[in-house]
Amino acid sequence: MKYQFPDHNGRFGQFGGKFVPETLMFALNELEEAFKEAIADESFKTDYTNQLKIYSGRPTALTFAENVTNHFQGARIYLKREDLNHTGAHKINNAIGQALLAKRMGKKKIIAETGAGQHGVAAATVAAKFGLQCKVFMGEKDIERQRLNVFRMELLGAEVIPVSSGSRTLKDATNEAIRYWVTNVTDTFYLIGSVVGPHPYPQMVRDFQRVIGDEAKQQFLSQEGQLPNEIIACVGGGSNAMGMFYPFIQENVTLTGVEAAGKGVHTNFHAATLTKGTKGVIHGSLTYLLQTEAGQIIEPHSISAGLDYPGVGPEHAHLKDMGRVNYESVTDDEAIEALQLLSRLEGIIPAIESAHALAHAFKRAGKLPSDQSLLVCLSGRGDKDVHTLMDTIGGAGNE
Amino acid sequence: MSNTRLQKLTMDHEKLFIPFIMAGDPTPDLTIELALLLEESGANILEIGVPYSDPLADGPVIQQSALRALDHGMNLKKAISLVSKMRNRGLTIPVIIFTYYNPVLQLGEENVLKLMKENDIDGILIPDLPYEESRSLAKRCDDENMPLISLVAPTSNKRIEQIAKVANGFLYCVSSLGVTGVRNEFNENIYEFLQEVRKHSNVPVAVGFGISSSQQVKQLQPYCDGIIVGSALVKMIESKKTEILDSTTKEKAFLEIKTFVQTLVSS
Repeated sequence: MKYQFPDHNGRFGQFGGKFVPETLMFALNELEEAFKEAIADESFKTDYTNQLKIYSGRPTALTFAENVTNHFQGARIYLKREDLNHTGAHKINNAIGQALLAKRMGKKKIIAETGAGQHGVAAATVAAKFGLQCKVFMGEKDIERQRLNVFRMELLGAEVIPVSSGSRTLKDATNEAIRYWVTNVTDTFYLIGSVVGPHPYPQMVRDFQRVIGDEAKQQFLSQEGQLPNEIIACVGGGSNAMGMFYPFIQENVTLTGVEAAGKGVHTNFHAATLTKGTKGVIHGSLTYLLQTEAGQIIEPHSISAGLDYPGVGPEHAHLKDMGRVNYESVTDDEAIEALQLLSRLEGIIPAIESAHALAHAFKRAGKLPSDQSLLVCLSGRGDKDVHTLMDTIGGAGNE
Repeated sequence: MSNTRLQKLTMDHEKLFIPFIMAGDPTPDLTIELALLLEESGANILEIGVPYSDPLADGPVIQQSALRALDHGMNLKKAISLVSKMRNRGLTIPVIIFTYYNPVLQLGEENVLKLMKENDIDGILIPDLPYEESRSLAKRCDDENMPLISLVAPTSNKRIEQIAKVANGFLYCVSSLGVTGVRNEFNENIYEFLQEVRKHSNVPVAVGFGISSSQQVKQLQPYCDGIIVGSALVKMIESKKTEILDSTTKEKAFLEIKTFVQTLVSS
């Protein structure tokens, strides 16, 4: 049977939907129409594909991680190099798509939320490129741990708006962006950075990110003559994972999403939504989330700002319930260890987010024979994390 | 029984005054006393807010109020049970529960309606459950004779008719684009908007979001059947918190709140 989600109500099985104030409903309906029309238009698709190529540098490489493979003496490990994108992460794929759509809809102002700052930088970048005004909402705690990205956004001409409510992280930045959107909905385009939020965002962001999986599939087939045995990607909101998995959903490939276990899923300090969460509504979507029995949202924890989110994209919730994707989790410490190993053996410093996927792949690799292959989505590069890493692992420069 | 109370009231009164207070702010006991004070001051319907960690439709005043209430351990179940305590103390006006959807989902729609009936509540309003997502709950509410209050916004346009047609209790018109909170100006097309809503509505049309002065009430009253005041009142209560919590100054503070409410009611 063909996998065809979301349905016309914006649902992935029971998940998804549009749980937003009435004021936003017309804007979501307008966006849905505009998106449908755009992706059916060859000139829009050509424009989008062309920008990915000439501006972001796609296709990104598929790298065989030979040294790491030899180190574990097991399954062959391949990396889909989204870190090689312009601005250093997969986020730009979606930002280009939505910015082109905003222009097509005649909107001159965009807003975005950001956690690690990668989506904020991507939004600020496309705003500069396509002549749009840009405001980025960012939690104060994230501003502290991602100072470099804040400066980059400002350099790109965007206004970074600090968010002091709640846990002062991605959840609250998203709340504040939605509140701003409710107030300025008539002339502002909300450029959501992950496969979260009300319909049509989870679908739209997935469709703008599926280029990761589409490319990887072609590259793997032409380099290896077959598909990988397993694909592994990190999941916060879940956009790199969704973009990577989507073209493989109906293939005979094991799909594994890796969540942030923080200090451990047995503690109260993690962001493992699919592993430990329950069904509920967050940011306009029915999905799994971390919450109390009374339905109050719990503040998550992860060393990685990009995974520090109490919800998850509704399509992941559906894929989990279907049993199509396995969801595992990796702790802060395991992710840092994987990051160091990849840096030393391959000369690639991954983002801490992506290091979660790597850590899981490394756990798997040693247990599998060498005729098996693991494809890891290396969603971003680690430059932005240098501050966090210096605080965490120290080193001569930090004494 | 409860539905009759709301229906009878909306037939008897030309102009409804509908204040909002947050359950548990400043304390659960004081919420009961404030409810009684509001009835005494001329309120026709009372909206009791349920605190939520991520209130998307609310501005800073209600957000802060919700955080204080959460600190007192308030939740949907406790807020509902506060109402029967208000009734025991003599509250007679209809009470509407204002809550985000997630707490309802966790407690269970069926269970929430059962608890609401047991505690003599007259309706429920969920700001993040638009028409499309509310069909199953609306059916349940109809079966239980418990009004699900709908909202319309200045951006609803063609949706107004669809929403107004199935409106129950009263219809909540959002005065402006944006979140709750005191504001100086309403949407520029507010009068046309209210006229359009009235044309399609079989229930009273009440306006809320940003109303804080008798002048604003006077401005809007010819175009609607009721006025909802939330943030301005919550802010007033917050500013008098110290006095309210001190038994020697409580009476004076209550009198000041009453005077404020009465100027809005008699506008």
